[in-house]
Amino acid sequence: MRSLKISIQEQDFSIDDECAVMRAGHKDIGALATFTGLVRELDDENSSQQSVSSLYLEHYPGMTEKNLQEIAEEADLRWPILDIVIIHRIGELKVSEQIVFVGVSSMHREAAFAACAFIMDFLKTKAAFWKKSITENQERWVEAKNSDAKATEKWAETKHKR
Amino acid sequence: MATVHYFASIREKLGLSTEQLELPSQVDTVNALVALLIEQHGSSWEEVLKKSSVLVAVNQSVVSFTSPVTNGDEVAFFPPVTGG
Repeated sequence: MRSLKISIQEQDFSIDDECAVMRAGHKDIGALATFTGLVRELDDENSSQQSVSSLYLEHYPGMTEKNLQEIAEEADLRWPILDIVIIHRIGELKVSEQIVFVGVSSMHREAAFAACAFIMDFLKTKAAFWKKSITENQERWVEAKNSDAKATEKWAETKHKR
Repeated sequence: MATVHYFASIREKLGLSTEQLELPSQVDTVNALVALLIEQHGSSWEEVLKKSSVLVAVNQSVVSFTSPVTNGDEVAFFPPVTGG
């Protein structure tokens, strides 16, 4: 891996700006895969009830950065990656706002697509972030989902070191 | 002194985000630390910290409740993570 940027921040980010920085001066990039997570109005566990008005995101300063660093390093062991950018916002985020960005560049698309999905799956189950869902008249800490744990587990089966 | 952090729903239920305490020599595992915290703060802490889903990190690495702790360590209790 040539470069790794990890940022945990309150302020919003620009997908265009992040991609422009990743591309600048690098003629070897053939593929740039990105993922952006947004605050969704309907809560899976609670869809019959009220719409979500915002989320509150909390992290463990120091440990969360370490978790993300380890996830990126594990992705780098599996695929020929050039650059990785991971941005995660914290604090109160309204519906439709951006929560998380993962960008992975590589020479070819397979590595970029796979590493981007891998990083998101591990971020959801291994990085120290907690999310509270806020509706007009209640606040509720979001429960960890079994489907997320399964998504992380499936990578153990497909472990192929490059 | 050990530093203990509480996050998310655990922080809210306990009404505390961080504290520092001197560990007596017999408090040498996470389980013993949990017993000490319950003794100091009262039995209302028991149902929060003894819930099976609670995770613990010592010096910013997730460990088991039988792992060692000592003065100078940074310990954190938190629920399963839900970022992204």
